[in-house]
Amino acid sequence: MTGNALLQIALYLAVLLGLAWPLGAYMARVYAGRPCGLDRLLGPVERCLYRLCGLDADREMDWKAYVASLMAFTGFSILLLYLQQRLQAVLPLNPDGLAAVAPDLALNTAVSFSTNTNWQAYGGETTMSYLTQMLGLTSHNFLSAAAGMAVLAALIRGLSRRETQNLGNFWKDLTRSTLYVLLPLSVVLALLLVWQGVPQTFQGAATATLLEPTDYDSPVKDASGAPVLDAAGKAQTEPATMTEQTIARGPVASQVAIKQLGTNGGGFFNVNSAHPFENPTPLSNFLELLSILLLPAALCITFGIMVADRRQGAAVLAAMAVIFVVLLGACVVAEQAGNPALTRLGADQAAAEGARAQAGGNMEGKEVRFGIAGSTLWATATTAASNGSVNAMHDSFTPLGGLVPMLLMQLGEVVFGGVGSGLYGMLVFAVVAVFVAGLMVGRTPEYLGKKIEPFEMKMASLVILIPPFLVLMATAWAVLVPSAKAAVANPGIHGFSEILYAFSSMANNNGSAFAGLSANAPFYDLVGAACMFLGRFWLAVPVLAIAGSLGAKRIVPQGPGTLPTHTPLFVGLLVAVVLVVGALTFIPALALGPVAEHLAMIGR
Amino acid sequence: MSKSKNEKRPLFDPPLVRRAIADSFRKLAPQNQLRNPVMFTVYAGSLLTTALFVQALAGRGEAPAPFILAIAVWLWFTVLFANFAEAMAEGRGKAQADALRQARRDIQAKKLASPSRQAAIQIVPSTSLKKGETVLVEAGDFVPCDGEILEGVASVDESAITGESAPVIREAGGDRSAVTGGTRLLSDWVVVRVAAEAGETFLDRMIALVEGAKRRKTPNEIALGILLAALTLVFLVVCATLLPYSVFAVEQAGQGAAVTITVLAALFVCLAPTTIGGLLSAIGIAGMDRLIQAGVIATSGRAVEAAGDVDVLLLDKTGTITLGNRQADDFLPLPGVAEKDLADVAQLASLADETPEGRSIVVLAKERFGIRGRDMHALGAAFVPFTAQTRLSGVDLPGRTIRKGAPDAVRRFATDRGGAVPPEVDEQVRAIAESGGTPLLVAENDRILGAIWLKDIVKGGIRERFAKLRGMGIKTVMVTGDNPLTAAAIAAEAGVDDFLAEATPENKLALIRKTQAEGRLVAMTGDGTNDAPALAQADVGVAMNSGTQAAKEAGNMVDLDSNPTKLLEVVAIGKQLLMTRGSLTTFSIANDIAKYFAIIPAAFVGIYPQLGALNVMGLATPRSAILSAVIFNALIIVALIPLALRGVRYRAVGAARALRDNLLVYGVGGLVVPFVGIKAIDLFLVALGLAS
Repeated sequence: MTGNALLQIALYLAVLLGLAWPLGAYMARVYAGRPCGLDRLLGPVERCLYRLCGLDADREMDWKAYVASLMAFTGFSILLLYLQQRLQAVLPLNPDGLAAVAPDLALNTAVSFSTNTNWQAYGGETTMSYLTQMLGLTSHNFLSAAAGMAVLAALIRGLSRRETQNLGNFWKDLTRSTLYVLLPLSVVLALLLVWQGVPQTFQGAATATLLEPTDYDSPVKDASGAPVLDAAGKAQTEPATMTEQTIARGPVASQVAIKQLGTNGGGFFNVNSAHPFENPTPLSNFLELLSILLLPAALCITFGIMVADRRQGAAVLAAMAVIFVVLLGACVVAEQAGNPALTRLGADQAAAEGARAQAGGNMEGKEVRFGIAGSTLWATATTAASNGSVNAMHDSFTPLGGLVPMLLMQLGEVVFGGVGSGLYGMLVFAVVAVFVAGLMVGRTPEYLGKKIEPFEMKMASLVILIPPFLVLMATAWAVLVPSAKAAVANPGIHGFSEILYAFSSMANNNGSAFAGLSANAPFYDLVGAACMFLGRFWLAVPVLAIAGSLGAKRIVPQGPGTLPTHTPLFVGLLVAVVLVVGALTFIPALALGPVAEHLAMIGR
Repeated sequence: MSKSKNEKRPLFDPPLVRRAIADSFRKLAPQNQLRNPVMFTVYAGSLLTTALFVQALAGRGEAPAPFILAIAVWLWFTVLFANFAEAMAEGRGKAQADALRQARRDIQAKKLASPSRQAAIQIVPSTSLKKGETVLVEAGDFVPCDGEILEGVASVDESAITGESAPVIREAGGDRSAVTGGTRLLSDWVVVRVAAEAGETFLDRMIALVEGAKRRKTPNEIALGILLAALTLVFLVVCATLLPYSVFAVEQAGQGAAVTITVLAALFVCLAPTTIGGLLSAIGIAGMDRLIQAGVIATSGRAVEAAGDVDVLLLDKTGTITLGNRQADDFLPLPGVAEKDLADVAQLASLADETPEGRSIVVLAKERFGIRGRDMHALGAAFVPFTAQTRLSGVDLPGRTIRKGAPDAVRRFATDRGGAVPPEVDEQVRAIAESGGTPLLVAENDRILGAIWLKDIVKGGIRERFAKLRGMGIKTVMVTGDNPLTAAAIAAEAGVDDFLAEATPENKLALIRKTQAEGRLVAMTGDGTNDAPALAQADVGVAMNSGTQAAKEAGNMVDLDSNPTKLLEVVAIGKQLLMTRGSLTTFSIANDIAKYFAIIPAAFVGIYPQLGALNVMGLATPRSAILSAVIFNALIIVALIPLALRGVRYRAVGAARALRDNLLVYGVGGLVVPFVGIKAIDLFLVALGLAS
């Protein structure tokens, strides 16, 4: 690892943790309904919204009512977004005259954005109108993130309250998350990005005449957009000549801000934050990178404050940070090491300074303005959090470098994870860790004074089981279906990694992709939509059930006989549980993918 | 049943082992296997590989028949070893149950027409007795039922239940009025009112408990079962999906063969938490068994686990914290009263008082002043026994009302009769109390004569024991009828955290409710009928076997040795039970890492030869690697049976320390042991020439 990489990582972590503290404290005030500083400005808006919706925001819900509200809200969101895509051709703000989105893709996208996944089986600038991007996708970036935060708020209330059914009001939590947290932060970030050169305009794409016409081979696509294959199974091409270039633009900054902050990741452009208009400078890169983990990290602090024991929040944050740093280190080392096959051909892959300055390592698929450190840091952060935006192509990473993002998703998106959803997932892992550890100290296990009993274990098992189930089974299905296998651009071991990555990403609501898989095919659209939906709600519902069950319990006072859950030992145990569950589930699949590929690359 | 008998019995007693081996085959019945989801999947895997073996014999095998056979055989062994563990745990209980059954022979009962010795007797079988009926039991008779003595006193041989051969005294009234069916009267006679009908007697319940017939899974066991089932499901999916993955890999690599079902079954059984799954019920049964070895009968496994969670122990001062009973040590007359007069009145008040304190007063009066016993009838005296409400006892003589008792009670007694309380009384009381003694005041009519100094002796070593409990987060509360000053002095000497002075059944119950409202679990011991509400309210209520029927019914454990200090052991056994479960779960899961390193390269090296690099153990061949992992997985169950039956080592340390120690031993140990074990088995297979 180069000194430069170390410096970048250290700076990133320092700023991240430094900002997480005050932001976490602020959010604790937002969810507790205490004055938070923006009340005078936003209070009237909030009350006006409640009045408009005829909502009694002070009426608290039990867990079932909370689930019902969440599901009603999401069901409605999916339907609305689906219709909007299907009708975009006849709706305004479509300067480029884009056609209606195909049904399977529209469904996939609607589920994707409503579940905070932001898996994109399409190229944004060539598929979605400005209205769809802004009113549909951007607004879901806010609301799906806010829904995750609301579920978390309910779980924290279940942990901190005693002998009550009340977990708060879903609509109020949703509104306050959006209004007091996501909106102000997005406005600030969007303005900073505009300052750095990110476009924010309603004008259509610009057209530029090329100085020199370019000849190229254009792939032949059928009606559904899938590549047409020749007899040998290779994509057919036809010669074409390009004389002018269409430069896509639009209201980019506003969408980029929230896609980073809300762990959404759905970019305005197809290549996401690798695109110079989405992420023009190293500073914009740092800001966007910071936004990926900012809210998930800060929510840990919020958790600590709301359960009246800041050490608990710090412990969970520490566990996340430990896994993150270890895997980040592995990714940086793997990428900086480069490809031995190129070394054998005489390529110099060493990092160097001065006249022969180069980033070194495996630069395929990476932007030179970000280099190894900026790209790996992003790849690790975006998959640790369920963000999924990219500034480099994960498909081009070395096998082990690509294993890191894949594993981070497979761990269940609990290392920071999605806003709200990451922490609630991690807290479920904490419940499991407490259960095993609690037995080892000879007491009925308890977390934060709440006894962990069969009902909690049942629900926690669901939360932990479902994502790996979905990933493994969907991947197994895909490798059996000819049409799904045909979508793989790189046959061989890497093709397996591509499919595994796709479903790891969708089932865990991440949304990033190994490129190289033509994912806009009915199989991936529909199976993926199912994975994303189940991966989100078959987790959120058991989590709310746990919240309801814990909220009804009394709190056992802490003593020397209770297992402390804020010590380094417990942090270590939590890390071990997350890693062991993830590893035990995915070792065989990873062995047949990245591990076999790596061993082949180094020539074993 | 006695402690001494059982501690000598080795863990693997040959008769027990023989019986357990037979039982492990009997337990192969599917309905038995269905009760344990983890082992049921192994059972299914054994059936599947056996079927594959038959198919291979028919010449259409997916792998060489000997290899499939070897895997199938070891999968069957895995199931049998788990059955054996459970059978071993049950076997100890069953042996005890057999002994108990002998005590439950059909007894002829002498049913009485009315509750009096003189009433007409009808001989009926004991099984026909109904609750509320009365029977006569005479010297040499077996007691036909559980009951309450209404009349008489007798010495009883309770060795059938307690294993203790020394006879005990049972008498009407007071806290030693209960008799248990199956015990034998050695002397005298008693009239007993039937308290439990056949099938519901203490002996019946005890047999059911030690046999494990009524064993229901505890909530904690269920919660762990869910976690294990979830893990099993994960591994089932992991293994099932490997088949399509490997088919795809073969297509891509253009070499090798897809993984066989035999290998997948082997991989699955190795990964599934079979170690803990196979030992789980043995651990639970053994926990109950350990409790029985300690001479405590719990009515449910839930009570045992609750004991591990207890935060507050309510301990009776007498017998638990202090040695036996208080002894009268001095007479302290008030000014104007001769010491001998005080002693004389005190002796009169205590003549009919059978409590140890009362007797010690009589003894002291005789030693000091030569006051001899007097005939109560001749004096026309009527004895007024102590009650928890009046907290006074004494005698009524013609023209004289003599009482002794707790200071405030006696003070109230005197003032109620218009007497004055001299200021010296308070001084005396405080002086005695402050030095850790117990003052008893003596009054005649409206006049308080003076105080008797009762002394308490704190048991040796008890202070250290309480300090350890504190380290484990358990608070001790001493419960005593003494006044607050005395209680404070003894509490300080014994090192308890808190005390409840001037305890009555009501404020004892109130204290338990208050503590529970704070979210804490309370354990207590008791023997008297007036303890029954508190015993019922407490999360763990240990009734003394010598106590009343009501107390035994109210509590959820009965201590056969009637030793109040036993509560501390009960807590330790409860904790040990949970610890054993947790430690073996950790061990079982940690094992999987090594098994992956054995099986994954072996299963896929044909497709991707580079995966051979993962064979870090250097196992001889793919087949020997898979077989070694399966054999290790089966043998580790057997190796851990002693641990499951005995429980993990338990020390009274704080939670953080206990976690660190157990994680180090069972977590890290669980990672390392299988690497060594699998390698060793592989070497052994190679040496035998089986590794082809």
